[in-house]
Amino acid sequence: MSLRQIAFYGKGGIGKSTTSQNTLAALADLGQRILIVGCDPKADSTRLMLHAKAQDTILSLAAEAGSVEDLELEDVMKIGYKDIRCVESGGPEPGVGCAGRGVITSINFLEENGAYEDIDYVSYDVLGDVVCGGFAMPIRENKAQEIYIVMSGEMMAMYAANNISKGILKYANSGGVRLGGLICNERQTDKELELAETLAGKLGTELIHFVPRDNIVQHAELRRMTVIEYAPDSNQADEYRQLAQKIHNNAGKGIIPTPITMDELEDMLMEHGIMSAIDETQVGKTAAELAV
Amino acid sequence: MSVSDNTDIAQVKERNRALIQEVLEVYPAKSAKRRAKHLNVHEDGKSDCGVKSNVKSIPGVMTIRGCAYAGSKGVVWGPIKDMIHISHGPVGCGQYSWAARRNYYIGTTGIDTFVTMQFTSDFQEKDIVFGGDKKLAKIMDEIEMLFPLNKGITVQSECPIGLIGDDIEAVSKAKSKEYGGKTIVPVRCEGFRGVSQSLGHHIANDAVRDWVFDKTDDKAPTFEPGPYDIAIIGDYNIGGDAWSSRILLEEMGLRVIAQWSGDGSIAELEATPKAKLNVLHCYRSMNYISRHMEEKYGIPWVEYNFFGPSKIEESLRKIASYFDESIQEGAERVIAKYKALTEATIAKYKPRLEGKKVMLYVGGLRPRHVIGAYEDLGMEVVGTGYEFGHNDDYQRTAQHYVKDGTLIYDDVTGYEFEKFVEKVQPDLVGSGIKEKYVFQKMGVPFRQMHSWDYSGPYHGYDGFAIFARDMDMAINSPVWSMAPTPWKQGGEDFAIAAE
Repeated sequence: MSLRQIAFYGKGGIGKSTTSQNTLAALADLGQRILIVGCDPKADSTRLMLHAKAQDTILSLAAEAGSVEDLELEDVMKIGYKDIRCVESGGPEPGVGCAGRGVITSINFLEENGAYEDIDYVSYDVLGDVVCGGFAMPIRENKAQEIYIVMSGEMMAMYAANNISKGILKYANSGGVRLGGLICNERQTDKELELAETLAGKLGTELIHFVPRDNIVQHAELRRMTVIEYAPDSNQADEYRQLAQKIHNNAGKGIIPTPITMDELEDMLMEHGIMSAIDETQVGKTAAELAV
Repeated sequence: MSVSDNTDIAQVKERNRALIQEVLEVYPAKSAKRRAKHLNVHEDGKSDCGVKSNVKSIPGVMTIRGCAYAGSKGVVWGPIKDMIHISHGPVGCGQYSWAARRNYYIGTTGIDTFVTMQFTSDFQEKDIVFGGDKKLAKIMDEIEMLFPLNKGITVQSECPIGLIGDDIEAVSKAKSKEYGGKTIVPVRCEGFRGVSQSLGHHIANDAVRDWVFDKTDDKAPTFEPGPYDIAIIGDYNIGGDAWSSRILLEEMGLRVIAQWSGDGSIAELEATPKAKLNVLHCYRSMNYISRHMEEKYGIPWVEYNFFGPSKIEESLRKIASYFDESIQEGAERVIAKYKALTEATIAKYKPRLEGKKVMLYVGGLRPRHVIGAYEDLGMEVVGTGYEFGHNDDYQRTAQHYVKDGTLIYDDVTGYEFEKFVEKVQPDLVGSGIKEKYVFQKMGVPFRQMHSWDYSGPYHGYDGFAIFARDMDMAINSPVWSMAPTPWKQGGEDFAIAAE
């Protein structure tokens, strides 16, 4: 089987890292050899695998050593749950430098040093908002071939999913990147499943799995573990195993998304009765003004 | 037969117009439309040269322009001799601007003056990713330790500084405080800003205003201001230009309290707001600070031109008109004193240069300012253009310098310039190092008019003698008679552009 290159994108705080680590742990249970590349300066994409607060990042080690050329793969790669290989790109503290460039540097380093050999899956976990070219790196240049967007029934999460689809569309024709599907991480908003399915339809893809909300995820997180490891017999672990199996069966089924406009997105919310039709005379009015 | 032998203005104009059409033909329609606005034939009596200027160059052409960093580091700040100018960013910009532009200065390099040295933060990948502020602070500490006689530091930003959002202002302020109030000037002259080096001049001028003037306004002057204090603004002392200008001003009774920025110092910058008059040579690069001093400190400014005796005389009288009779008499005295020298120069060289045709393409002020010097030698400028001029430059050019029918080319492309020279067949081309060998290989005499071809000074009466000698040397060198291809002699144009 050829190398599957996947990436998880989605709005900040949506649960990308948790969802991806649980899913990947389940994939490892299926016997897959996996490499996780965290592409977020917060460096929290592998903590559940390593039971660690945060691992040393490529960029922090490179800064200490002088340059990235001074590093060896062993310096930056840690082995976690079920031999999952873990690296974190890392990056500067908020407000300085260029984290996007850091992602580019890290991925180039990993490629040049053979990190992608003898594995079945490489998974990129990218920070919430693709703010610049650096964070689009995994989409570009055929790094990731399947993108899974983690979203929920919240307006902004769907908005972000649509935006990410635009990014995929931009690079789909020059490279081979495809949208693998949406993963809805339940927030218990109104008509969440219905909305997620409709959005997936509009984007030309499928809602690959609806992950129900369960506090056990939180319990596992506090112990820096995935649910798969912490409570393998739980219902939630089963959900992640289902998701993993679906992703595994989804090879080659990615599509070029058809992102929609902001207006269409709002119309969709209205159709489902989430938002009432906008009365243009009320736009920009405060509650007090409207009460008069 | 050379086309330029034709002296009939109407015919010259017609030829030039046809020539413009010819060069435009090779461009795609959209580019041709854009370039057409930058090329023109000057019509007498018009208030400007009828060309569009100071807009973005077209991608794909060979433009001769530089960038904002070049305008600040290379032109305005670099020559300030007792400050250390850090090329902040990756090493290339600093490497290629090393040693400056032959801005001569007095001092002991590496001890109390630093113009020809190169300081760079040599950005590496980690500086981009994690930001370069800490490295900048460290460099300043090293500068303080290794070069204790420096009188200040400037930070010349290269492109990445603006992209990664480094806070060079905060570093500058903190270090200035740490070193007891030393002048440290952050300059936001990232190369991607603006369309040419011109914006870099403006940014650098603004940095003088914000980080030098505004911080010294409350301090008492460190010298006794006098009634005849003037500052030379916009002379970069290339090959000693400012020195051969300064002596004329001093001989007429004025006191030069500052030179901006050739052979200049931070103390001179700080002293300038106490001047009675600012005399401005390079209008393009320093009009901004001159206007600011006029508005804030009430100092009038006057443009002058020290190329060639005609313009020098005119300028000395104009400058003197701002002062009393003693200075006005001084100006006449200076003019009289150098009469014999200029007459001898003209007597020697005019017979050798009379009627020779020149095409120019330079920056700043020279596309117009040097015309008078050529005319003093009986030569004729038949084409000229600015790398990064604005409309006010073309107004000055039209109103005071060029003749009817002159070919005007703004932000000329490599192709256009070669084609123009091939068709006009001038006796001399004056431009920069990138152009020099192209034209010399075409068999056309050439002088670099940025660096004076490692000669100079060309300003002032002394400079005029050197200018005349150099032009004669270029045009009348015996080498040109040996250049024609033996099997192509007779009847064919000499200069042929490479296609």
